[in-house]
Amino acid sequence: MGSGRLKFIVGGIFILAAVVYLIFASMNENAEFFMTVDELQARSQEVVGRNLRISGAVVGSTIQYDPQTLALSFEIANVPGDNAEIEAQGGLAAVLHAAVVDPARTRITVVYYGARPDLLRDEAQAVVTGHLGEDGVFYADEILLKCPTKYEQAVPDQAEGN
Amino acid sequence: MLAQFGFGVLVLTFLLALYSAGAAITGYVRKSFRWVESARLAMQLTFPLTTLAAGTLVYLLATNHFELQYVWSVVSRDMPLYLKMTALWGGQAGSLLFWSWLMSAFASAVTLRKWDRDREFLPWVVIVISVTLAFFLAMNIFFLDENPFARLWQTMSGDVVLGVFQPAGTFALTPSDGQGLNPLLRHPGMIIHPPMLYLGFVAFVIPYAFAMAALITGRTDDRWIRITRRWTLVAWLFLSGGLVLGMRWAYDVLGWGGYWGWDPVEIAALLPWLFGTPFLHTVIIQEKRGMFKQLNMVLIIVTYVLVIFGTFLTRSGVLSSVHAFAQSAIGPMFFVFIGISLIASFGLLIHRWGDLRDETSLGKMSMLSREALFLLAALLFGGFFIVSFWGILYPIIYEILSGQKITFGPAFYRLPVAVILGGLMVLMGMAPLSSWTFGSLKTIGRAIWKPAIPSAIAAVTIFALGMKNWLALTGFTLVAFVIFVTLYEFWRAAWGRHKTQGENIFAAFWNLFRRNRRRYGGYIVHIAMVIMAVGIIGIEVFQTTTQKSLAVGESLEISGYSIRFDSLAQFPTTDGRWVTRAVMSVSRDGKTLGELYPRYDLYPDGQPMTIPAVRSTLADDLYVVLVNWEDISQSQAPFKVYHNPLLIWLWIGSYIFIGGILVTAWPEKDS
Repeated sequence: MGSGRLKFIVGGIFILAAVVYLIFASMNENAEFFMTVDELQARSQEVVGRNLRISGAVVGSTIQYDPQTLALSFEIANVPGDNAEIEAQGGLAAVLHAAVVDPARTRITVVYYGARPDLLRDEAQAVVTGHLGEDGVFYADEILLKCPTKYEQAVPDQAEGN
Repeated sequence: MLAQFGFGVLVLTFLLALYSAGAAITGYVRKSFRWVESARLAMQLTFPLTTLAAGTLVYLLATNHFELQYVWSVVSRDMPLYLKMTALWGGQAGSLLFWSWLMSAFASAVTLRKWDRDREFLPWVVIVISVTLAFFLAMNIFFLDENPFARLWQTMSGDVVLGVFQPAGTFALTPSDGQGLNPLLRHPGMIIHPPMLYLGFVAFVIPYAFAMAALITGRTDDRWIRITRRWTLVAWLFLSGGLVLGMRWAYDVLGWGGYWGWDPVEIAALLPWLFGTPFLHTVIIQEKRGMFKQLNMVLIIVTYVLVIFGTFLTRSGVLSSVHAFAQSAIGPMFFVFIGISLIASFGLLIHRWGDLRDETSLGKMSMLSREALFLLAALLFGGFFIVSFWGILYPIIYEILSGQKITFGPAFYRLPVAVILGGLMVLMGMAPLSSWTFGSLKTIGRAIWKPAIPSAIAAVTIFALGMKNWLALTGFTLVAFVIFVTLYEFWRAAWGRHKTQGENIFAAFWNLFRRNRRRYGGYIVHIAMVIMAVGIIGIEVFQTTTQKSLAVGESLEISGYSIRFDSLAQFPTTDGRWVTRAVMSVSRDGKTLGELYPRYDLYPDGQPMTIPAVRSTLADDLYVVLVNWEDISQSQAPFKVYHNPLLIWLWIGSYIFIGGILVTAWPEKDS
């Protein structure tokens, strides 16, 4: 009986090992660092060329778009990465607003080639995926945008017609 | 008034669920049939009560009661009635109530079955289901943020607070209009997708409850599996259907040209499926051979826990994802409930471990026996689970250890999942032809060479037609292999009936399905799965995309197609949307094939929604997106086009798949 079961145990371990190997083989290449703009500035040397995902507040006045070449560029300002911190500072909408109006915030220029996304506007939260170039510009392959003002508001702002 | 009534009904249901569990325990301890009967009836009664509560909320939603925070957050005046009603599951609090409603429906259905032969299971089934139900009701009742009946009140200082009853020193606040449902969710696919998924989630609670009853009572034979066989199939049907609908919605609405993005919430819905699917298979071995009893227990326990975990992930805001509505306080509660369920279930399992030994030792099986191949399939699903779960777990661990947040994109999953799915296809081809216990290369080889020949011919033909991508070639060959094996199985069995019983060959086919629905329905599901694989291989390996800003009259080229921008119109609709719609004509080799109308809708509240136009043929999909930006003009517009070869087979496969499950689950006359 011992040897009979053994082959299954060996086979099972073999399969598990293969799965683990496959995971590690694709993990190293595909892990993206998720950073704030501040963190990116602080570690810019070591992360050049790496897969990155950066979150920040879109500064509306810096959006430039050429519909002919589909070249899009804009700046994002630093917002905290931690949800608890965002809540402590009055919620996402307030944090994004504060980030955009504060000229002292760290900012980074994002360049993207493609159609301009629907939700790209002032004080939207942008999560950009791509890599940091040697020139300090962030080259994005993908842009995710969230406009917090509407869907994360828990209660209405003011009373209407009691 | 009505809101307080609804809340009252919820509280009553909660108390009733607790009573039901308590009465069942009392009945067991005192060996009192009457107490157990009382518990059963109490559980039955939860359904009319939750129906009343959910009905009250639906009424409040439909009649614009914006003084309720939940109504205000998911409904607006401009929404059509059916959307207002389905907003029941458009937000967090309502979704939880909806979950409870489905759970109590299934609970009531369970109480109505004939219990004569398995009375001893009854108290424990009632306890498991009632406790689960009570937990979900408690989320609604004890957390104001999750209470769909909570009203808005304003204090003298102008703050807005929530409460079912009027807090002292406040006055009622009634907004004149609500926020309305996110436009992305105003789609037929999104209206059916969550209920389907939830039905699948909730239905898996039933086999779990019976499994626990079997462990507690020590009736560890296959009785619990036979009772819940159809429940499991129904659960699996809804869960699978919910997943496919989610894919369809993503493809039709989100406008990124894909169907699955390995979003954590998508993974959360997939995880129970990765345990439920092998469970569906290995229970067959327990019924037929008395093996894998321990494995089956592990599979159903983990499926249940993943169902709760999936609800938790989608609703707690623990992961940043397009699906998460908001942060919430109920996360820790889910965590505690999952922890207790795990400890209790595995504690029981360990207690009964010895009773669940295989009736025939696994060691006596050859590596190529059917038993071994089923075990192998379960292992591969386990591997699939590890890959998917790791994609969620690793980023959390990494952040705790290094403080650095990381994420995985879809690329992480591609290689491991492709290998595992390939392995599963090989098994789908081999297992039906394998023999019990003594399968060997020789016995399998003897059965397999016939279907292997047309598969090889198919592979060579595909290669000769110019398919040089080895990954796709391997995939298509495996698809052909599974289809030929399955057809061969149909043929072999029908021919056997024809020979031995003298049945007409068509009658023989028909009788096959009638006599052994589970087996042949299952084979149809196998064929459906590999047909879906054709679509997945098509889009994953061969998708191409291009984008260009076009002036009227200009064209862009993609994969041999020419797509011309003919005109653009902007107009309002009766429900207040502002629609921008382009007319594109598609041609190939100078021949016009038709028109496409990619659209861009602006909702009154400023939410935009991009709706792609898709031209589907059996060979490929052209997926055209009119990409919005503010300076859009009648003469110039930007477009993004995807060419998705073979994608339609993903949807065709899913229809066949539903048919196959219906064949399997259709009630049989008890013989």
